[in-house]
Formats: sequence, structure tokens, C-alpha cells
Amino acid sequence: MESILQFIDSNLIMIYLLVFTIILGFEVISKVPTVLHTPLMSGANAISGVVIIGAIILIRNAAPDDLLTLSLGTLGVILGMINVVGGYAVTDRMLEMFKKKKKS
Amino acid sequence: MLGSFVNLAYLLGATSFVWGLRQLSTPDTARKGNLLAAFGMGIAIIATLLLPMTGAANNYAWIIGGMLVGGIIGFFAAKKVQMTAMPQMVSIFNGLGGACAVVLAMTELVHYYDGTAQMSGGQLFIVLTTLLIGAIAFTGSMLAFAKLQGLVWDSQVTLPKHHIVNYILLAATIALTAYVYMGGVALGMTMAIALMVLSLVYGFSFVAPIGGADMPVVISLLNSFTGLSAAAAGLIYDNNIMLVGGILVGAAGVILTVLMCEAMNRSLFNVLIGGFGGGAAAAKGVDGDQVAKTVTINDAAIQLFYSQSVMIVPGYGLAVAQAQKLVKELDDLLSNNGVDVKYAIHPVAGRMPGHMNVLLAEADVPYPKLLDLEDANEKIPNTDMVVIIGANDVVNPAALDEPSSPIYGMPVLNVWEAKHVIVMKRSMSPGYAGIQNQLFFHEKNKMLFGDAKASLQKLVSEIKTL
Repeated sequence: MESILQFIDSNLIMIYLLVFTIILGFEVISKVPTVLHTPLMSGANAISGVVIIGAIILIRNAAPDDLLTLSLGTLGVILGMINVVGGYAVTDRMLEMFKKKKKS
Repeated sequence: MLGSFVNLAYLLGATSFVWGLRQLSTPDTARKGNLLAAFGMGIAIIATLLLPMTGAANNYAWIIGGMLVGGIIGFFAAKKVQMTAMPQMVSIFNGLGGACAVVLAMTELVHYYDGTAQMSGGQLFIVLTTLLIGAIAFTGSMLAFAKLQGLVWDSQVTLPKHHIVNYILLAATIALTAYVYMGGVALGMTMAIALMVLSLVYGFSFVAPIGGADMPVVISLLNSFTGLSAAAAGLIYDNNIMLVGGILVGAAGVILTVLMCEAMNRSLFNVLIGGFGGGAAAAKGVDGDQVAKTVTINDAAIQLFYSQSVMIVPGYGLAVAQAQKLVKELDDLLSNNGVDVKYAIHPVAGRMPGHMNVLLAEADVPYPKLLDLEDANEKIPNTDMVVIIGANDVVNPAALDEPSSPIYGMPVLNVWEAKHVIVMKRSMSPGYAGIQNQLFFHEKNKMLFGDAKASLQKLVSEIKTL
């Protein structure tokens, strides 16, 4: 109990950030028309590719002769990058189709 | 100095994520929102490349190489994919994000066990959490992909009493996580690998019993998991934008999942337990002497051409047949003859909410012609002809009057209230939920059997001759 309270005290700002971000996440998309569910999911999916940042940091910190870390980190970068680039591109393709409606 | 710029760049990136998501939830600004979020990600990645690190070897060649390979694969996969296969694609992308988190966590664990890096108890806990959630998101997404792609059928991967198997697996996974956590550095890499394998198996098993028709909900939930694993990884690297981006997606994914369940009038728990279309549903088959009436192409063409108003109900069958452009052609022919053509889009038509809108927009169907469930149901009683193309469960009256049906309570399009109904369908086989549809035997209904694309083609040429 003591240690938990101490943890809360020393990470107060972090905890505020967590709580407010959760509220923000709930609020920011609370009213979405059904039409946009798929693109929104896809766009959110692209944002979850932010995990790639971790892979970049991992590689930058690795020793140049630590091939295991470098290979794993690069694998992480590749996987994350597919998620990010593919996610945004596929979302854009979906949304592009909504745009065309005014023409016809 | 540079450090401050990086911090500001992260703040800008995180703000772009929030604002991008906000814009993504309104039709007019959705595309801008996506670009804004992508911009935010670009800023965040560049900032991370520049982030000052004392004594870091940087190894930029590895990073840039990886980014190029991943970027090119992702870009072409996204450009090449068929519109009908979008949901699967999103699922794969999401799974790879989860896999990235797994790779990060495993690398940290390698360093932890070989003594090159120290970890406090809290840090070890975070790494294990990243591993666990990322692994579940990875295999779960891959199975969701396989199910949507039709590579795997529900019955092939579901064990008897599968939800009990899942509870046991979940308990085992949590127990092993606790064991690895308690064991500390003395335990060694073998147990960490065992934990990874067990988490991967659990992710697979978690999705296995969930019906193929519910995969969109699952993908949304797993997307939320990937977000959470990214956030946990953000704690490992003490990186705010990973934390904010991850938590944001985690929270947004949960809300979106709930919204999707609401569109189907089912609870998330009900979806996760799975078994949609199993057991009791099979008992409610067709009574032997029921015969569905059929209609010839010629009659159908004449009826449609001289109607006042026609409502088209597109379903997944239309999407699979790639016939959306033919529907548009039919629409044009009828509209030119003064027929009022509308489309009734059920929230879960296709394989994902909103999927059908995307497909019809691809065929240049004007947006105002698309009616949502409520508007469509309001208009149906005054509609002369309803044409159902490759849809089944979303027009099943059992949802209203058959309490034993698995789809009972789901809002459906009350198409039988129209003056006439034509169902275009390949055969009498039940729909995705695996249940028979009494609508086919309704007095107002006639069946037009055949492949959606072929039938539409014939219908269009027939109307042209009138």
C-alpha cells in the first residue's frame, strides 16, 4: 500500500496525462456516423503504429556490433512502418471515395 | 536546444493525433483529419530520429533501411487492395503493429536476462504487459484476417466449450506473467519465450469462437489492444508521444467497438462469447413444404422500369460479386425513366459498418441517395419495389418476431412492408449468420436466383430493350 501511494505521488503528472488522454479518447469520437466507422477504425489503427518510435529509439541506442538488437529493431521498424504507412494510405483511399460524391 | 525542439515536435504530433481523430469523425473533414494524423506521425518519427541521445551509436542506416522496406510494403499493400478486402487489410496492419510491440518487448527481455540492461520491478512489469497485449493483438488480428478472407471457417478453429478453454488459457497466461515477473532476472530467457508463445496462442484462441460476421467488432477491439501495447512500450522508452498516441487509440478503439456493437444491438460480451449462428439457430430451418416464388428477368425488368420508387438493399453478396458499378448503371436507367431510386444501407451491411457506403461511393452513387436504417424504414411502406442484392440477415424478419433466433433484437430493414420485394441471391442458402430467412417465403417476395453480377447484367440489358 505504502509503495503504491508513493508511486502515485512521484508520478502525479503522468497519471494526470493518462486519465485526461483516456477521457479525450472517449470524447473525441463519441458521436460518429456509422458511415465513418470503418475509416475511423482504420485511421486509429494507423495511429497505433506509433509503436515504431520505440523501435527507432531501440536501434539508435544499440551498439553498432550488437547485431541481434539491430536486426530485431529493424524488424520492429519494418512492421511498424507497414502499419503506419499502410494504415494512413488505406484510410485515405476509403475517404477519397466520399469526396467524389459531389461531382455526379 | 535540439531537445526542446524535439519535445515541441512531440507536442505538435500528439495534438495532430487528437485533432485528426476529431476530424475523422465528421464526414466533411474526415480526409483532412487522416492527413493531419499522418502529418503528426511524420513529425514524431523525424523528431525521434533527431532526438539527442548521449553516447548513442544511432545506426541510421538500419533505421532508414527498415523504414524504406516497411514503407514501400505498406504503401503498395494499401494501394493494391480491393475495396471489398479493406477490412482484412486493416486487420493485417493492426496485427503487424502488435507484432512490433512484441519484438520490442522481447528485445528488452534479451538484454535484461543477459545482464546488459537493468530493470526495476516496475519496468519489468511494463515490458511484460507490452509483450502480452501486443502478442494477443498480433495473432488475434491475423486470425480475424484469415476469417474475413475465407481462409479459415469458424468450425475449423473452435473447440467444444471453447469459452472455457479461453478462460483457462487466460488464467494460465496471467499466472505465467506473474511467475516471470516474480522470478526476476534469475529465471532466464526460456520462460520469457514460453510466455510469448502462450500469449500468441491465447490471442488466436480468443478470436477463434467469434463468428466471422463479428470480425469488424473484434478488429476494432484488437486495434484498441495495439494502442495499449504501444502506450505500454511508451512507458519503457519514457516517450510521451507513444504514451499519448497509444492511450488515445486504446480509448477510441473501445468506444468505437461499443458503437459497432450498438449498431447490431448486441453487447460486447455477447459478441466475444461467440457462437453466432450455432446450435439453436440450426433447429429453426425451413419447413419442408414452403416454396419460394421466383421471378424471370423479363418480369423483374418490367416491374422495376414502371415503378414509381425503387429501393436497393445492397449486401455483402454485391460486394463479393464486384457488381457495384452495375447497380449504378441500373440506377441510371431507372432514374432516367423517372423512377425514384434510393439505397437502404443497414449499419452492418457488408463486413464492416460503413463498408457498403465506401463501395457505393466507389461506383459514383450520389451520397444523398443512401439512406440509413431509420430513414429507409420510414420510406419502405411507400416504396413500390425493394431489390435486395446479396443481403440476407439484415432483412430477416426473424430479428423482430423470432425470440429464439440468434439475431433476435437486431434492427433490420422492414422490407416486407414495401409493395413488392425481389431478392437477388445465388441460392436458398442461409446468410452469414447461418440462419434461414422467412422473407424468402413471404407472399410479397420473389426470388431471382443467380450470381449478383450476372443477374444485374441481364437485368440491365433487359431494361435497355424496353
